[in-house]
Amino acid sequence: MTETKELVKKLADKYGRARESLMPILQGVIEEERFVSSEAMTEIARELDIASAEVYGTATFYSFLDTQPRGKYVIRVCKTITCDMHGKKKVIEKIEDLLKIKLGETTQDKKFTLLTTNCLGWCHQGPVMLINSTPYPSLDENKVTEIIMDYMSK
Amino acid sequence: MENLKRVDLIFGAYTNEKYKVLESTLKKSSEQIITEMINSGLKGRGGAGFLTGLKWKFTAQESEPTKYVVCNADEGEPGTFKDREILTKVPRKVFSGMAICGKAIGAKKGYMYLRGEYQYLLPDLMAELDVYHEHAKRFNHDFTIEIRMGSGAYICGEESALFESIEGKRGEPRNKPPYPTVSGVFSKPTVINNVETFVNAVMIMKYGAEEFKKLGTSDSRGSKVFSISGDTPKAGIHELELGMTLADFVAEFGDGDTKAVQVGGASGFCVPRKKFNETIIGFEGVPTGGSMMLFNSSRSMYNVLHNYLDFFEEESCGQCTPCRVGCQQLLKGIHAVKKGEKPSSYLNQLLQLSDTMKITAKCGLGQSVANSFSSIVENFKEEMIY
Ligand SMILES: Cc1cc2nc3c(=O)[nH]c(=O)nc-3n(C[C@H](O)[C@H](O)[C@H](O)COP(=O)(O)O)c2cc1C
Ligand code: SF4
Repeated sequence: MTETKELVKKLADKYGRARESLMPILQGVIEEERFVSSEAMTEIARELDIASAEVYGTATFYSFLDTQPRGKYVIRVCKTITCDMHGKKKVIEKIEDLLKIKLGETTQDKKFTLLTTNCLGWCHQGPVMLINSTPYPSLDENKVTEIIMDYMSK
Repeated sequence: MENLKRVDLIFGAYTNEKYKVLESTLKKSSEQIITEMINSGLKGRGGAGFLTGLKWKFTAQESEPTKYVVCNADEGEPGTFKDREILTKVPRKVFSGMAICGKAIGAKKGYMYLRGEYQYLLPDLMAELDVYHEHAKRFNHDFTIEIRMGSGAYICGEESALFESIEGKRGEPRNKPPYPTVSGVFSKPTVINNVETFVNAVMIMKYGAEEFKKLGTSDSRGSKVFSISGDTPKAGIHELELGMTLADFVAEFGDGDTKAVQVGGASGFCVPRKKFNETIIGFEGVPTGGSMMLFNSSRSMYNVLHNYLDFFEEESCGQCTPCRVGCQQLLKGIHAVKKGEKPSSYLNQLLQLSDTMKITAKCGLGQSVANSFSSIVENFKEEMIY
């Protein structure tokens, strides 16, 4: 069995094979592989005995269920109004600078992907970003540099 | 500060004994709980403001034996972060509220739908959930709670979309009726309430409806947790009594140069300075799920509107045409006017379009785009053009 196949089976054993298990399984795949590949989708469809179109339709509806390959660390910078007012643009430019990628891209070594997202719920401490599931509020150019450098050395 | 009354209901300290309010409430009958809830006049804190007691009563009356309690922790409205704070500081009160609702309506199972953006809260919530389940067992209360995660879709805060998502599907809103009290998650009678609403229910059980009613006004009972952000030196969470004027609010939270306040997030209303005095924050005036964004004169209201429309265009589920196409056209339209490709009179056509969306869109997302659109365009017309 391939790694993905094994992962899907393990997740289906854990969350069950009913239709309502689909979201937790997709979320589990993201947790491990950072994106839902077509192999993963086919496997999930097989395990849950539903059409792979159903799996694809569901996965593509949710912005965090990426179906494109992503880096090990997915950075999502909030772009909603208060973060925008308080300097999200500078934060994004700083990250682009440090990682030498543009918004939407993944680094060559597949370590980082840089994206934006809608309101993260930290409007009083913006700008804010998520790295995978960890929020980093109150960013400025210095703080974001420190955080990214730290991840780069991981 | 005299004109604003601060309260400490939601974030007040826990009882000394764990789940004490739940324990004492479980001794009451379902009817007693529902009557107390109705008497309190509590309205839902997720935005729509339906009477919570009535919602519970309708669900309790359904003859179908399987029922569910759902806690809406999808908090995606721009400018809102109070549910995150509540879940961080007083999760025990949220679980207690769900369990009390379970007793009132005769449900054995509850779901909390937590937005993916708040996944970092999960370990602490799960730990508290273990404590809850221990106590529920000790109290002989057959009501378990499961947490389900969202994955980055604002529309899943809409109740029927949320049910679809729990069922493992695309988060596309359903037609109404039937309402959730009749057919909610897994097509069973369901009470869905906001995080803060459940905490209020616990406070009503603790202090009684009469005490609760002393806070706020006749249309807006109790206190409200506000998420305050933007151009303010006091950004953060503030629990205030409902029914204040926006002028009093701005006097306390403004930076001295407040030009407008967006009340209720991107789907709420923009109130310009000249209307601060006459605007009451509450169900009798401008309602809010708690989001208050302040803008000073350095801000372009065109940029603000553009940001909101970007948001709606991305978050529209795309299921119905008025919203899917309408959001795109509004965005393109204000762009064209700003660049001089369309005359300023084109804004009137766009206003008509937003009105059409209000009556033809399938769910609250498409229906509420007109709120911010018309209140910003009408009050800041020059900023849209020049
Ligand atoms: C687009 C949209 C998004 C919504 N998002 C939320 C949300 O994040 N949290 C919430 O409690 N209610 C949200 N609601 C309102 C819910 O549909 C529902 O009315 C609410 O959860 C009921 O709880 P309440 O009566 O306690 O307010 C949203 C509604 C719409 C139309
Ligand atoms: S109004 Fe918008 S979000 Fe709601 S169902 Fe229609 S397309 Fe979907």
